[in-house]
This record gives sequence, structure tokens and C-alpha cells, in this order.
Amino acid sequence: MSTYTDPYASSQETTEGRVYSVTGGDWDSLVTEIGATKEERVVLNMGPQHPSTHGVLRLVLELEGETVTETRCGIGYLHTGIEKNTEYRNWTQGVTFVTRMDYLSPLFNETAYCLGVEKLLGITNDVTQRATVIRVMMMEFNRISSHMVALGTGALELGAISPMIFAFREREKVLDIFELISGLRMNMAYVRPGGLAQDLPQGSLSKIRETVKDLRHNFKDNEKLLIGNSIWIKRTQGIGYLDLAGCTTLGVTGPVLRATGLPWDLRKAQPYCGYEDYQFDIPTTDTCDVYGRFLIRMQELEQSLRIIEQCVSKLEKLEGEPVMVADKKIAWPSQLSVGGDGMGNSLNHIREIMGESMEALIHHFKLVTEGFKVPAGQVYTSIESPRGEMGVHLVSDGGTRPYRVHFRDPSFNNLQSTAAMCEGGQIADVIAAVASIDPVMGGVDR
Amino acid sequence: MFGVTGSGDTSGFGGLVASPINIGSTQRPFGGYFDQVADDLERVYPLFSDAIEKVVVDRGELTLFIKRDRLFDVAKILRDQLKFEMCMGVSGAHYPSEVGRELHAVYSLLSITRNQRIRLEVCVSDKDSHLPSLVEVWAGLNWHERETFDMFGIIFDNHSGLTRILMPDDWPGHPQRKDYPLGGIDIEYKGATVPAPSQRRSY
Repeated sequence: MSTYTDPYASSQETTEGRVYSVTGGDWDSLVTEIGATKEERVVLNMGPQHPSTHGVLRLVLELEGETVTETRCGIGYLHTGIEKNTEYRNWTQGVTFVTRMDYLSPLFNETAYCLGVEKLLGITNDVTQRATVIRVMMMEFNRISSHMVALGTGALELGAISPMIFAFREREKVLDIFELISGLRMNMAYVRPGGLAQDLPQGSLSKIRETVKDLRHNFKDNEKLLIGNSIWIKRTQGIGYLDLAGCTTLGVTGPVLRATGLPWDLRKAQPYCGYEDYQFDIPTTDTCDVYGRFLIRMQELEQSLRIIEQCVSKLEKLEGEPVMVADKKIAWPSQLSVGGDGMGNSLNHIREIMGESMEALIHHFKLVTEGFKVPAGQVYTSIESPRGEMGVHLVSDGGTRPYRVHFRDPSFNNLQSTAAMCEGGQIADVIAAVASIDPVMGGVDR
Repeated sequence: MFGVTGSGDTSGFGGLVASPINIGSTQRPFGGYFDQVADDLERVYPLFSDAIEKVVVDRGELTLFIKRDRLFDVAKILRDQLKFEMCMGVSGAHYPSEVGRELHAVYSLLSITRNQRIRLEVCVSDKDSHLPSLVEVWAGLNWHERETFDMFGIIFDNHSGLTRILMPDDWPGHPQRKDYPLGGIDIEYKGATVPAPSQRRSY
């Protein structure tokens, strides 16, 4: 074709036909070359390294012109073997692993796992109320930070940069709260079987109240930018259609399901962590499209703020209550505290086990090295993560390590609906549809 | 580490008696809505007693152990007549000690209409690890079955494309089986060696 070889847009003949490699903004030369071949059908490989697939998602699209005729997903590029690894650590150490699965919702992974372990142990009702309320508060903050990424990157992928800037600004505030409370901004292993790693530090409630106020004020910026924005509406309305029948047969949950008009939210339908005691609404739309899912995420932000406010007023009354079960054979003896240089061992605890009580030292050593035994059996616990039903299937053989840990991650399941949403549509709408599923590849591949 | 085999526990702290992993079957009444589910299934499915190996109610959850040959029928009836519209996925488990039924497939079912959950469990032997695919019943099981095949080697017959999903296509073995080693290397630090996680003492 051309007289020179373009190092960024090379092409070669294969048994499957001519293969073009496109990197960077050299689409013009590709279009010229393909235009000369008189071939209408093009198989386009997108990813796994592509800025607008959430993480390492690979899409193989068959195109007729600009119409997508077939969509296939390739996943597994981020498989880390976390499920297998947990079988070689004790039950408490498992939290550190599972928090890294869906990295945008670490607290949901932890809580789902810990609820499962507690159910196996039969101590679900022994978890203190303070621990449960803090779990709820942290999860709702996490829902906000996760939705901020979904909205920000979703808008960015469709060419809107300002919403991303605002979304990440708000996410930063939430991560500051996580850092204040747990010492870490993500993957904090804060929720533990039986309770929490540590109590709220002094003065955190007033900081939380301030942040809630800021967030509520700032969310309006994004609303003004996107809701009613004619370009945004043209890019998202009627795009990525998936109705209720499609959702149920594909097992799709979360905002995608609620955009079909069904108010299915496990926090209301099958309450856990005392969600029945909170006042909040389940936003729904009946458009079954990308715009509807976007609206639901926007409205869920406000509902999360409402829940957080109720948590704060509950926590004020629960001041001084422990955040770990009373059973010393289960409660993790190690005490942590947030110091000037981040989270570390509590000096008071070190003083006790090293200088005051030999029995405390033995107890600490036995529980930390061996872990606790969990009676044999299996459970399935599920919670409503920002992306839908996060289920955990746990099997114990009666030992100190899990026999089997399986996460039913909502992203893994929901990503299957890509083909149903994209086929027959335009190639540019694939990006909008995938963004509206909000897949997180860490959770998909585990 | 330290050359200890089996249980390294000599202190009695953790208790030396291991509890059995296999929980026996539960007799009626099952409690809660479980009796109603069982009644409904018995009413619409005459082969109930033949298809169900045992019923286990444990920790507030109902598990129906289904014979492999009847799995597809039971699944279809559960979806169409008992309104279990959603299957949240299939998870595998490998029990090498249960000879002849080493591989278990565990399905979590959800009914939005009834707001209930049940679990199906099917056991197959390692040598003949075939199960009917339920993608026809719940399309969302497609990837879940591929994952269970990938990780445990359970073959779902009539699946439209049962290929590996998380591991590379040419990967040998099925990583989450108990006979598949975790791998990992020893850690050396200042002359001392800490064994890989799979080689450490367990209790």
C-alpha cells in the first residue's frame, strides 16, 4: 500500500486474513487501508490494555461497518488465585486476601466474607452493635467511592473530562475517611471475623459529619454537568438495553437490574447488618438503558449519605461499646492503633503481652499463629455491593483454614450481559454499555 | 516447618478431635420456608424421592443433594414452577476423601418472587466428572460453569463453549483441586528460610 512502513500501524497476512495492528491515533491510515480491501466485515480486538475497558478486559467485536454484529469478552488477565491462596492461611488472614478482589469495594468483600465466617461459627448475633454500625457506615462510604469511579470513568470514556475531575475529588474525601478510620485508603482488612480491626479514632465522628456535608454539596456539581446534558443524553439514552427478563436469566443484579424498574436491593429484600433499622429508598428507573443506570448511581449517593448520617447518630449512643466479640477464643488478640506514621501495633497491647501477662502472650501467640477452628459445614452469604449481589460460598472442614472460599462477584456475572447489550448497536456505544455495567476486573478474575 | 506432620497441635488448645466435614441428612420438619419449598417441589415433581439424595438444613440454609441424572429436570422445575428465577452461580468443591463422589458442584438459587434462597449440590466422581449444563435453564451460568470447569475439571455436557475462562487456554491441570499444589517459593532472610505458604505447619 504505502511506500513506507509505519511502525505503529503495521499489517501482515495471516491464515485468518489480513491483520492490522493499531496503536495510538493512527486510525486514518487504517481506514485508508481497509477502505481499499472492499471487505465489510472487520473483527476488532479491543484490549486487554485499552484505556476505556475497566482494567484488563478484552473485547472481540465483529463489525459490519460501524454496527457490532458479535461481541465476545476475554477475561482472566487479572487472575490472582486469591481463592486458592486463602486455603493456605487461617480464617482471619483470609480477609487480607479477599479485600483485594474487587479493589473498588474492599469493604464489601471483607464484610461479605466475615459475615460468612461468623455464620459458620454461629456467632452472627454476638457481633456487637457498634461493630455492625461501623461496618454499615464504612460500606456506604465505600459505595460512594465506588460509584464515583463508575460515574467519573464512565463519563471520561464518553469524552467528558470534568465529571471525572469532580468525581475523583469526592472519592478522595471518602478515601481520607478510610485512612482516618482504618489507617489505609484501600484494601484495609478492617473488617475481621467477629468484628473490626480497631475502633473509630477520637474525633472521627465530627470529621465524618463534615465530610457528609461537603459531599452532599459537591455532588451537585456532577449532577449539573450530566443530568439533562444533551450530549450525555444522546450518548446514553436507549443505549445498552437490557430488560428484566434478560437480567433474571443472566443473573444480573445491582443498578443494571434496578434500571429495569425492579426495586431489588438485598439491603431491603434480605437485610443483613441491621439494614432494616435504617431509613433509605431504593432508586429505580424503567428505561433499561445506560442513562437509567447512571441516574440510579447518582441517586444512590444521596441514599448512602442518609444511611451514614443515621450511622453517626447511632454511633454517638454506642460510644464505649467493644467492636469485637467477647469470646476470647475467636477475638483477634492483636490490637492496632493509628499513630503518627500510619497504622501499627498498639503500644498498650505490646506492654501487656511483653511486660505484664505471660498468659496474654501465650494466648496472643496461639491465636495469631494457629487461628481459631471453625465448625465444619458450608454457607452462602450475600450482600448488596455497588455492582450487585456479592455472594460468598465458604466451606469449612473444621480446621483453622478455609476449605473452600468462592466469591460470586457481581462484575463477573454482569459482564456476561455485554453481548446482549452491544450486539446490533454501534461500536461507539459498546464503550457506554460496558461502562454502565461498571465491571471491576479485580473482582471478575479474582 | 519443624518437620511436623499431620496436626502440629500438641497443646490441646485447638482440640485434637476433628469434626466430620460431612453433615448428615436432615429429617422433616426442616423449619422456616424450607418445608414449603420441599412440599411444592414434591407436589410438582413426582420423581422427587428418586431425584433427591438427601436434604441438609444447616445454619439456616437449605441444601438439596440432587442426583446427577435428574439435575436438569429439577432445575427446570425449580425455575418454571417454583419461581427460582435466578441462579447466582455454580461453585465447585473438591473432597478427595469422598471416594466416588470427589467433586461437588454447588448452585445457589434465588427466587425474587418468593424472596427465598436454596442451594443445590451435585456430587460426581473424579473419573466420570460429567454434569448436565444448566445454561439452557439459567443463561447466566455460562461463565460460572466455565470457571468451575477451569478450576475443578467438572465437565458440563451440552455447554456451548466449555473452555477455560480464567487460566490460559493451554494450562495443564485444574488449579483449585486439592491435589493441585499451591506453589510458591521459600523465603530466605538473613540466612534463615521461611517455607512457602503451602509447606508451613497447619493445624
